Amino acid sequence: MKPDDILRVAEREAEKQRAYKSRINVCCSSGCLPFGALQVLKAFESAIKEYGLEGECKVSRTGCIGTCSVGPVALIEPGGFLYQNITPENAKEIVKRHIISGEPVKELLYANEAFFKKQYRLVLRNAGRIDPLRIEEYIMVGGYSALIKCLTKMTPKEVIDEVIASGLRGRGGAGFPTGQKWNFVAREKATPKYVIANLDEGDPGVFANRTLAEADPHAIIEGMTIAAYAVGAEKGYIYVRAEYPLAVQTLREALKQAKSMNLVGENILETQFNFDIELRMGAGAFVAGEETGILASIEGRRATPRPRPPYPATSGLWGKPTLIQNVETLANVPLIILNGGNWFAKIGTPKCTGTKCFSLTGKVNNPGLIEVPMGITLREIVFEIGGGVPAGRKFKAVLVGGPSGGCLPESALDLPIDYESLTKAGAIMGSGGIVVIDDESCMVDTAWFFTDFCVDESCGKCVPCRVGLLKMRNILERIMRGEGRLEDLDLLQELGEYVRDVSLCGLGQTAPNPILTTLRYFRDEYIAHIVDKKCPAGKCFRLEAEI
Amino acid sequence: MSSEDRRLQMLERIMREHGYDKSALLEILHMAHELYGYFDKNLLNYISSRLNLPPSHVYGVASFYNLFKFRRPGEHVISACMGTACYVKGVEEIVSAIEREFNIKRGGSSPDGRISLFITRCIGACAMAPNITIDGEVIGRATKEAVLERIRKVLGGGVVEAR
Repeated sequence: MKPDDILRVAEREAEKQRAYKSRINVCCSSGCLPFGALQVLKAFESAIKEYGLEGECKVSRTGCIGTCSVGPVALIEPGGFLYQNITPENAKEIVKRHIISGEPVKELLYANEAFFKKQYRLVLRNAGRIDPLRIEEYIMVGGYSALIKCLTKMTPKEVIDEVIASGLRGRGGAGFPTGQKWNFVAREKATPKYVIANLDEGDPGVFANRTLAEADPHAIIEGMTIAAYAVGAEKGYIYVRAEYPLAVQTLREALKQAKSMNLVGENILETQFNFDIELRMGAGAFVAGEETGILASIEGRRATPRPRPPYPATSGLWGKPTLIQNVETLANVPLIILNGGNWFAKIGTPKCTGTKCFSLTGKVNNPGLIEVPMGITLREIVFEIGGGVPAGRKFKAVLVGGPSGGCLPESALDLPIDYESLTKAGAIMGSGGIVVIDDESCMVDTAWFFTDFCVDESCGKCVPCRVGLLKMRNILERIMRGEGRLEDLDLLQELGEYVRDVSLCGLGQTAPNPILTTLRYFRDEYIAHIVDKKCPAGKCFRLEAEI
Repeated sequence: MSSEDRRLQMLERIMREHGYDKSALLEILHMAHELYGYFDKNLLNYISSRLNLPPSHVYGVASFYNLFKFRRPGEHVISACMGTACYVKGVEEIVSAIEREFNIKRGGSSPDGRISLFITRCIGACAMAPNITIDGEVIGRATKEAVLERIRKVLGGGVVEAR
């Protein structure tokens, strides 16, 4: 296929869609599936058929709309009517009243406008709006036109310059400037070069990357292909968690379609550019998300990180130059190419441009998947978008950045969301998890939970992480049993700083964060355990078998 | 042809498709795990001999990743999600209740092999936390009562799914 053929696909699809007066988008993402989304989809389809509306109303399966706590949900266009808690029975009702009589079923509508008000959907632009399993729909909304622009009008250097101008930084957690990373790989002479899209979202409590892959897989594939063009790579791997079967299946299908349209593979769009993409499945190892860990895993070994330098940009997969990017970073790229780096740089804050996707969960009224501009405050996220903690409970802390992130108290809520502010407060951006905690949770127990996770997930290669974390967990358990000593607090602090400063990889370097931040912000709870032998939340001091 | 032979044949085909490439070990382990449901010594030894890798390497890789199981799971599999959101929303209490009522320990099976209780890391359905999966079916916003009731029903029904 040539670029013009792709444009014709877009036109044909648009024409096809215009024939429908309305469209019912049923979320069939992992959040809604377990609760009967497919039955709802079927119910909509058969109701449309029953009333003979096949030519007027299109029923389509889509990815996540974001309001995961009230699933199954469906979005009816035009008008953007969002229905919640749909059952097969009321699906028929919706068709009858909304589609036929033109009167939205008020009692079933999602009424919470605040959830969407402060969001800014760039990465999730197509989530819930197109059928992820139909490449034609992605092309219709402008998909792959950024790739066409790169291949026909831009040199690799111009592509990199545009990404540099955008100020885009890696969304996997560390926030390294993306354009600069591309430059490092581009200037390497060795071949072949590789691009890895990291979808090993191992943080418990985070599902932003998975949702993106399920809702808009082609955005990832297009971004990856543009990256490959910019750095001169000819082979790519999408490394995805095996625990995400729907994401795996969606990506596999999307790759097949992209290959059949000559958007991935040899002589892409009849140019000289070759780039092939393969899927690789992880198998449940948190450390495999670390960039040298992911390399080892793709090579079929234990995902044990190694010291850097050499950085993957110089010596990555099989010793060749390799670009590793989180999938969310890659999904931003097509927009930057189409609208320009300067356009992107105006979103967010000057040092931290663009948006960030977060999964917002825990004790909050509106959990779900959100995308917000950088620089928004945690307070806006928790209390406006999230609607605050459920009635009768009191906000206590917010965990930002997964198991190696930090627990921040009320006083830190006015922090703007950006890499530097979060790090300064003791948390990290991580891959984008925000878990809200109320007064039912004990902060010592919470620190224990994360430390226990990291003890389990430590690969065991370097001593500080392997032994230090274990020791810290033992001390926490001692405190939780009521056998703690006040000196334990200094010991935890000292050990935590030591593990943070001398561990080999990101896992060990950030694993002490939960302990260090709870010591910093919730010291009184530790003291209550040690001195008063009391757990303010009533969690600890249970029989050992129950802990 | 016995099902044992058929599985072995499929595994062999996958290895052939990967050209018996050592770097495809993880992919091959995935396939083997899907076919057999768990790894035993013979299976891992077989893979190591076909790929010409030391058994220690194959075992080392297989045991590194949490997804792989080394014991035959029970007839009915219950997995409790221990992601942060589920933990914060009290999944621990549900797990303890299952352990007590059915006399099993997390990670293990009941003595009669009828049920297994596994702890999984995040399944990503955090907005519906806490989540318990029973024989592949996810129960969201799970309560102790609903989960115990469901397990009793599953066990009482005595339906054995063919593997």
